[in-house]
Amino acid sequence: MGRNSVEVVEVPDPTILDDRDAVVRVTSTAICGSDLHLYDGYVPEMKRGDVLGHEFMGEVVETGKGVGNLQVGDRVVVPFPIACGGCTQCRNGMTSICENSNPNAGMAEKLWGRATSGIFGYSHLTGGYAGGQAEFVRVPFADVGPMKVPSHLSDEQVLFLTDIFPTGYMGAELCDITEGDTIAVWGAGPGRPVRRRERLPARRPPRHRHRPLRLPARRRARQHARRDAQLRAGRRARRPAGDDRRTRSGRRHRRRRARGPPRQRAAALLRPGQAGHAGRDRARRGLRQAILACRNGGIVSVVGVYGGLMDKFPIGSLMNRSITLRGGQTHVHRYQHQLLERIEQGQIDPSFIITHRASLAEAPEMYETFKNKRDDCLKVVLTP
Amino acid sequence: MSTTAPTDDRTSSGAPGPTGLARGLGLVSLALGIPAVAAPEDVARAVGASGDADSSSAARAMGLRELAAAAGLLTRSRSTPVWLWARVAGDAMDLVLLGRTLRTGTGPRGRTLAATAAVVGIGAVDLVAARRSGRAAATAAAGPRAGRPSEPGDLELTAAVTVRRTPQELYDFWRGLERLPSFMHHLQSVEWLDPARTRWTASAPVKGTVTWDAELVEDVPGEVVAWRSLPGADVDNSGSVRFTPAPGDRGTEVRVHLRYSVPGGRAGALVARLLGEEPHQQVEDDLRRFKQVMETGGVVRSDGTPEGTSARRHLLQHPGQPVAST
Repeated sequence: MGRNSVEVVEVPDPTILDDRDAVVRVTSTAICGSDLHLYDGYVPEMKRGDVLGHEFMGEVVETGKGVGNLQVGDRVVVPFPIACGGCTQCRNGMTSICENSNPNAGMAEKLWGRATSGIFGYSHLTGGYAGGQAEFVRVPFADVGPMKVPSHLSDEQVLFLTDIFPTGYMGAELCDITEGDTIAVWGAGPGRPVRRRERLPARRPPRHRHRPLRLPARRRARQHARRDAQLRAGRRARRPAGDDRRTRSGRRHRRRRARGPPRQRAAALLRPGQAGHAGRDRARRGLRQAILACRNGGIVSVVGVYGGLMDKFPIGSLMNRSITLRGGQTHVHRYQHQLLERIEQGQIDPSFIITHRASLAEAPEMYETFKNKRDDCLKVVLTP
Repeated sequence: MSTTAPTDDRTSSGAPGPTGLARGLGLVSLALGIPAVAAPEDVARAVGASGDADSSSAARAMGLRELAAAAGLLTRSRSTPVWLWARVAGDAMDLVLLGRTLRTGTGPRGRTLAATAAVVGIGAVDLVAARRSGRAAATAAAGPRAGRPSEPGDLELTAAVTVRRTPQELYDFWRGLERLPSFMHHLQSVEWLDPARTRWTASAPVKGTVTWDAELVEDVPGEVVAWRSLPGADVDNSGSVRFTPAPGDRGTEVRVHLRYSVPGGRAGALVARLLGEEPHQQVEDDLRRFKQVMETGGVVRSDGTPEGTSARRHLLQHPGQPVAST
């Protein structure tokens, strides 16, 4: 255990520590692109022995006295941020900045000024909670986070409600997309894009904003988008192919099946450290590029993982051109119900991004495979 | 926590800036130090010493000392008294050296006597300045709110947090002082002795536990609770908590003000800090836990911090894996 090393080891079984806890037996868990940041050693305050994993779902096996909404046997997906539900931020739906769930907030305040919520398996800066790449997990505030899922949906269909599906969705929502907008996406990993919004005159007949998009339609949209990109390429900064994806206005799907080599390049934008320091800097470069490329008065929304500082920030471009910069860890609780509804209605099946399935015991190899993008690895699902 | 605004009001550092006298002495140090370092032989001869290697290196050492004192007096306003006392000690050292020169020196005794007289004179000024500055620091330390003359090592802390509850709810919880240990982790217990007096027991880094009796000095429902230790306390202390409605229906702003004499004075405070008991952090942690208790029903615990928010735990996190059940 250490940089570039994870192990599968026996740890004590979690127990109920608080009345509002539940213990969940994990049935499916995913390796998130952001877990690779931990793997690469770029996130501070990791300790030997930390259990990773913040995308997991399973069956409730034990509940505390204060968890009235769940029963043993319920099948639930668990949002990656831990939220108390009682503080002002939670009440406003900003659950990833819950004011109470991070007992190590004092630590995070030193780095960020204020702390985020607690997060499962994501360093001690976010609370030091054991994660879900395990057989069992203690879920604090289980009366707030876990969402029951219907039995006719498979694990793979609903697993990504824990993080990347809502993350992609929020990244787009922060852009306040309206008809006719052109959207560019930097870092087309499975769900963690940096998005840029351009308000351009509508060139196609307006479509209903919330109209769901099925896969073939999305492909078409992407083709249009690429063509637009080529048309505009002349007035853009040089950008490696695959760095941006455009979709038509109002598209509420958030997942893009990335392709071969260009995708690798794009993924590097948001996967700092993959190529050492140069790679780490690429995330910053991507953000600079997004700001510079954004149209006047547009919105740049930033989701994913940014831990520290950024230099050469193009503040002049941002301010003088009336650009809005928005960001956030995903307020999963706010989106999980509406997105589950979309899955239930068959509007989207997020399982299409899964490229690898393995047992929990194979996690170490899967981290390696995912990190090096071997075998076109895009998303790994582990089953304990 | 949504609002944390601790302010350091360390009373022992409340000394006034360099007074005119202290500044003047700093300039004197500068004026003596520069020639003694630049041309030690000449200075040595000027005070009647031989100007040989020994006496000139002594003069250079004295010059360096003067420059250090000058730097301290002209820049470090916080420690002015310290530097003034250093000057007094330096004067004593000068007198010893001059006395030796008088006994054994080969140069003109008149010069040495004149230099000695000058040092005695300036030493007297140093002594007066040092004593005066020490008193000024003590007076400043007492502060406007302290109920008794403070000593160096007294600590005043303020911290604040916004909690999503009404002032009355927060007041009610706090006013039952026996509940304070549920979020103030250094407190072991608070018991009521009678309706006005309470006995507090706290863990302390060195002594194990300290106890004291306290009385309520202010008690306005929904607004303020203030307490003060009674004479004979292990740790003389007082504190208050004020509840004011936050603007725009945002709950209640809770402001805590604490004053206590740190056991063992400044050294005790330093030891406590090294043991992870940084007083500010402690008060902030207390308020963070108070907010957790009021908003979520209990102190929030993780695998890395199984006993809940704690500054000391920041250094020694338990790994993020389930804690073995006991």
